[in-house]
Amino acid sequence: MKYFPLVWAGLTRKKLRTLFTFLSVIVAFLLFGLLQGVNAAFSQGVEGAHLDRLVVQGKVSMTDQLPLAFGTRIASVPGVSGVTYGTWFGGYYQDPKNNIFSFPVDVASYFDLFPEIRLPVEQRAALAKTRTGAVIGRRLAEKYGWKIGDNIPIKSTIWTNRDGTSDWNFQVVGIFASPDDPSLEQRLFFNNDYFDEARSFEKGLVGWYSVRIDNPAHATAIAQAIDQLFTNSDHETKTVTEKEFTQSFLKQIGDINFIVSSIIGAVFFALLFLTGNTMMQSVHERVTEFAVLKTIGYSDRAVLAIVIAEGLMLALAAALLGLAGSSAAFPLLESVVGVPHLPISVLGLGLFYALVLALVTTLLPGLRVARLNLVDALAGR
Amino acid sequence: MVEAVSLVDVVKRYRRGKESVEVLHGLNLVIAEGEFVAIMGPSGSGKSTLLNLIGGIDRADSGSVTVSGQRLDQMSEAQLTRWRAGHIGFVFQFYNLMPALTAAANIELPLLLLPLSSAQRRARVAAALEVVGLSDRARHKPAELSGGQQQRVAIARALVSDPPILVCDEPTGDLDRQSATEVLELLNFLSERQGKTIVMVTHDQKAADMATRQLHVDKGKLIDKEYVA
Repeated sequence: MKYFPLVWAGLTRKKLRTLFTFLSVIVAFLLFGLLQGVNAAFSQGVEGAHLDRLVVQGKVSMTDQLPLAFGTRIASVPGVSGVTYGTWFGGYYQDPKNNIFSFPVDVASYFDLFPEIRLPVEQRAALAKTRTGAVIGRRLAEKYGWKIGDNIPIKSTIWTNRDGTSDWNFQVVGIFASPDDPSLEQRLFFNNDYFDEARSFEKGLVGWYSVRIDNPAHATAIAQAIDQLFTNSDHETKTVTEKEFTQSFLKQIGDINFIVSSIIGAVFFALLFLTGNTMMQSVHERVTEFAVLKTIGYSDRAVLAIVIAEGLMLALAAALLGLAGSSAAFPLLESVVGVPHLPISVLGLGLFYALVLALVTTLLPGLRVARLNLVDALAGR
Repeated sequence: MVEAVSLVDVVKRYRRGKESVEVLHGLNLVIAEGEFVAIMGPSGSGKSTLLNLIGGIDRADSGSVTVSGQRLDQMSEAQLTRWRAGHIGFVFQFYNLMPALTAAANIELPLLLLPLSSAQRRARVAAALEVVGLSDRARHKPAELSGGQQQRVAIARALVSDPPILVCDEPTGDLDRQSATEVLELLNFLSERQGKTIVMVTHDQKAADMATRQLHVDKGKLIDKEYVA
């Protein structure tokens, strides 16, 4: 701590230059926090995928619907211990921007296959009994202030009702939690029976089947066995692990990881040069001052440490502010990414990058002053 | 007489491009403790090189350099750095203060290397400021001080860790006559009252006249010695 004034003096020697560099680092880490946060939130879904679950989808496209009758045949495959299904509803509330991740499901089997969705037994029973009933995640309920007993109008971007409109009405009969995967708490589930009866087209079809298997080690063999059942049929299937399914689903939006990595890479590359240049200039201007420090007894390591400390203070303080900004802004993205907080791993990664940035940009100028020839430096040569 | 500085057959060469230039040619010199010595000579004569060798910021190519009883020519770079912190105070022509630090913070710099508490450092800085007569300028930054005051802050920085020897390179070279006289009187005071050994390089005869001994260096050799007092 006793060296703090010395380090601070170095940073504040050219206040405007330091301020601009500081702001650049803040903006870079703000961007990093938001982009990497979105990436990490999506990846959570992939990483959180269960190894004992497979997804059966249309072979040509994941948007191809599959016959409801496939369920019984899939259940007969050895190693399969449970089957359920769901369909992408494409729901929104009042405005298309208010996306609602909503799915018609088979109430009898769906929640058995997805134990991470914690729905009280009586609410599940209420859903089974109530034709237009729906259960919603805790975060979704909090977001719109919905509670059990409320009637909620949801529009679909895909499915029209028998009356020709895309308006669907549901009665909230349950609110579930999902502490292991909070993104699920943004979802809405309702009866497939009601959906199938009320929709105006593609009756008797479902979006995909979710299959529980008794041994994840047999996943490939079971997937092949399922697909073999429907070879040469009108609805050939492609069975993949839940992880692969989530990844391919995300790729429908775009290769988020690649896009995010490219942007962050470009930003940090530019930042490296900017900060490196600032540190080089700053140290170059103070060569005589460092020579004086060494003359009065500061060791090579001490002056190197001072330069590195300057870089660390600049990069870490700015990174913390940038990450704090992205953390504050992250709840605004909740409806898109389904996660309300910036993942802690992103904060850790950000601080690690700030550390690397500081070390990379200060090591060269720091070593230069550590190896100064005192006679030449004091003479201004 | 106790020797503060002893140089025996010191040779120093520099490389200028591919050429090796001998700056000091077998120089011998003894300075007693408490002496105030002025080294004079034309530019390029080797006087600054001599000062750098005494201050331990440069190394002789041959010969021995003994300062405060320590053979500097036998020390490693790291040992020399530690030795300088405890034995030598440096005063430069252009003060070389840290512009972003206050006078007090500048003076405190050598003390940060010592195992002292914050209160101990503050007390020592206050004492050094008092010696140089700038107690009321402790919180001023160098840009807010006159040249003479800045040089007195530099002298306080050189003094604060209580080294036995002060090495001064043209300490009045950038000052007006009145400020120069004040600085020289201060150095004289430190030599006479505090027993500091002072080695000063100067072009200024009036500055040299304040010293107890004048040495003249020309073409890398001491050409005469004169005791002034």
